[in-house]
Amino acid sequence: MINHGGSQGSCHNRQGGADSVSRRSFLQVATTLGGGLVLSLALPAANATAAVDAGKFSPNAFISIGGDGKIVLTMPYVEMGQGTYTSIPMLIAEELEVDLNQVSLEHAPPDEKLYANPLIGVQATGNSNAIRGAWQPLRQAGATAREMLVSAAATRWNVDRATCHAERGQVVHAATGRRLGFGELAAEAARLPVPENVALKQPGDFKLIGTSAKRLDLPSKVNGTAVYGIDARPPGVKIATLSQSPVFGGRVKSVDDTAAKAVKGVRQIVRLEDAVAVVADHMGAAKKGLDALVIEWDDGPNAALTTGAIADMLEQATLNPGAVAETVGDIDAAMATLLVKVEASYHVPFLAHAAMEPMNCTVHLRKDGCEIWVGSQVLGRTQSVAAKVAGLPLDQVVVHNHLIGGGFGRRLEVDGVARAVEIAKHVDGPVKIVWSREEDIQHDMYRPMFFDRLSAGLDKTGMPIAWSNRFAGSSVIARWAPPAFNNGLDPDTTEGAINLVYDLPNLHVEYVRVEPPGVPTAFWRSVGPSHNVFVTESFMDELAAIAKQDPVAYRLSILDKTPRAKAVLQLAAEKAGWGEKLPERVGRGASVQYAFGSYLAQIAEVEVSKEGKVRVRRVVCAVDCGTPVNPNTIEAQIQSAVMFGITAALHGEITVKNGRVEQSNFDTYEILRIDEAPTVEVYIIPSAEAPGGMGEAGTSAIVPAVANAIFAATGKRIRKMPIDSNALSLPG
Amino acid sequence: MPFTIKVNGETHDVDVDGDTPLLWVLRDVLGMMGTKFGCGMALCGACTVHVDGEPVRSCITTIDSIAESSITTIEAIGRTEAGAKIQQAWLDLEVPQCGYCQSGQIMSAAALLASNPHPRDADINDTMSGNICRCGTYVRIRDAIKQAAAS
Ligand code: FES
Ligand code: FES
Repeated sequence: MINHGGSQGSCHNRQGGADSVSRRSFLQVATTLGGGLVLSLALPAANATAAVDAGKFSPNAFISIGGDGKIVLTMPYVEMGQGTYTSIPMLIAEELEVDLNQVSLEHAPPDEKLYANPLIGVQATGNSNAIRGAWQPLRQAGATAREMLVSAAATRWNVDRATCHAERGQVVHAATGRRLGFGELAAEAARLPVPENVALKQPGDFKLIGTSAKRLDLPSKVNGTAVYGIDARPPGVKIATLSQSPVFGGRVKSVDDTAAKAVKGVRQIVRLEDAVAVVADHMGAAKKGLDALVIEWDDGPNAALTTGAIADMLEQATLNPGAVAETVGDIDAAMATLLVKVEASYHVPFLAHAAMEPMNCTVHLRKDGCEIWVGSQVLGRTQSVAAKVAGLPLDQVVVHNHLIGGGFGRRLEVDGVARAVEIAKHVDGPVKIVWSREEDIQHDMYRPMFFDRLSAGLDKTGMPIAWSNRFAGSSVIARWAPPAFNNGLDPDTTEGAINLVYDLPNLHVEYVRVEPPGVPTAFWRSVGPSHNVFVTESFMDELAAIAKQDPVAYRLSILDKTPRAKAVLQLAAEKAGWGEKLPERVGRGASVQYAFGSYLAQIAEVEVSKEGKVRVRRVVCAVDCGTPVNPNTIEAQIQSAVMFGITAALHGEITVKNGRVEQSNFDTYEILRIDEAPTVEVYIIPSAEAPGGMGEAGTSAIVPAVANAIFAATGKRIRKMPIDSNALSLPG
Repeated sequence: MPFTIKVNGETHDVDVDGDTPLLWVLRDVLGMMGTKFGCGMALCGACTVHVDGEPVRSCITTIDSIAESSITTIEAIGRTEAGAKIQQAWLDLEVPQCGYCQSGQIMSAAALLASNPHPRDADINDTMSGNICRCGTYVRIRDAIKQAAAS
């Protein structure tokens, strides 16, 4: 069903309509050599980071209807477990009037220009954006193709096209009962002009969208046949594992490999400037060989680095002005008149991704070409970094993309590919580089650390009239997509700190970019909301407490300008039984957010033991994510994101001492386990709005809900992540 | 020194050091890629296989400890009654997200069900807490085990 790395085949391109492509016309039609129809479409630019030039037609997705009636969608998004491969074809199938199982997916080959994601501008799947970017154009393309097929049939039968309609992959002339399959019509349809502005179905007429269609990728994921990057096995492949400088920026000083070379199955030791790899017949030998190496490191400039020093640096940075991310009203004037002023500071740590599939990449480097087997969220970048390190032209690098055993942002980076090609330069034949879990955690690129300084002013009734927030930390976008970092700001780092759902007449938010040395940072299911929503929703809870008001009622009273936010909070509170009496040391906490185009409210119920151990017992979520394309997938994504967020709240912290990451495996970097997992209830509000993203939203909303629940249970306010259970234990 | 092992009913001769973990013999020597590597230290359960029906972490099970025992991996677990029920429940409830941990989850769950046809929540916690799912599919794992037990 799902082919990776397929290509389009040759086609003759012809543009739709009489004149050259206008801004409105984003579709092109072409015939394939096999007599099929290909629609090329350009996903429209949605923000400043997009690389798509509005005046120029640059298609980045293709729908082909073959002479055999097969429908193939070639698209740039990668399946990472979010059900993208099922939800996206639903959009086409809905309008094209075919069954979901008639559409198969091909993974777009790497082409940075062609497959740019409209919301990111780089070929990437991240930031919950697959459905958001595809929603309008893919339905439009499906509808357009359907109209062309109907016209072709009407012409063939010589009947009024209004008397024909499409259903289940055929065009039907109801009056005479005649039917023709799409495959038989594809070649004729491809010669017709592309109709403009074909009307889309009304939400009430959806047959597929809004149903919980079965995910197509599951059978292979329950019987061991799903092939991830780490499972690539080109003939003759050797297995390597590596040790990179434990301090970022360090170098190899000396290597004694005598004992390593004596290990059975070890073939070769590769010494790089800042890493050593052992190449062997199997990973068992490679690991044993690596353990037998005696490596001396020159730790370099970051040898004395600690996370404590970085935290101090960030705290200091918030004493100076930053870039103004949002300002409303007059914060200084408002503060001067208000009687009750509240101040608080918050802190979140570095976090590792710790995807279950450890970092890996397989490379076969020859004189005249390079093949890569990997699971990547960024195919174009994978290809170009490989070409650069290998010293080959781009077109001599072939990337075979694979399923990803958890991305969370880690596979938006290509450091692992660059490293693998460096090693492969020294190896004859294909080599698979597999990182140990320790290496994966200690050489991650981390969710940045942040320090936040907030203040608010309340009026006589305790309501917030002024809100000010200044925070400092790393900008991932500034490194990853520099054109999107403007005037000291980027759209990710500030998401969740600005455009709050609340009515706050005076608001001022500043961001101070600080790039700490020695700790590389990266996306982590998004960066902004994962940090900002904890801060803003906790601080709002503090204000409610100071005003001596119920935290849900307090929020609801300032949510009139965002009725969708108000509705999700009301629903979550109602379903959770908000206000019920609870036993001692049990509490409930609320949060509400707008992020990734979706509204989400959560109520967490926690229990805090005498020793201070926090157990999240139950989580109730209400979501308005626009049109729910596949409700079952949305529920699964929220359940999943909630666990990810609780993991961070209870366990997540990367610390650095002497320049070295102190955590190494799942004993020191703990992941939530099933015995700690709460029940999760998800309620979806019906909506006909454009769909929002859901892959990440649950992660940011749960953290403050848990922190606020702990306050309700213990009276202790959590301002620093992860939650310190020592501070929550009862004396005695 | 060569070892002879029995995997999913077939015997294989492998020439590796005796302290080589079974995981790497399965994956890199025999090319059976369904069993996954997650931690290498018996902390995550991704590498779970059955040795004479008992769940073990293949990343710390050395090849010289296996002798005549029969090994069952994810590729063949569907041939057992409990395994088939678990796989079906996993499909019905759409448990997997990225799917990477699921071989191990299914092997642990199948062993649980085979030894305890009606596991309670506490039993599920005991057995399954050795398996990490970074995608957080725990709600569905629990429900699917219960569904499989009822089927
Ligand atoms: S790889 Fe064996 S338990 Fe994690
Ligand atoms: S499904 Fe991704 S780790 Fe479990």
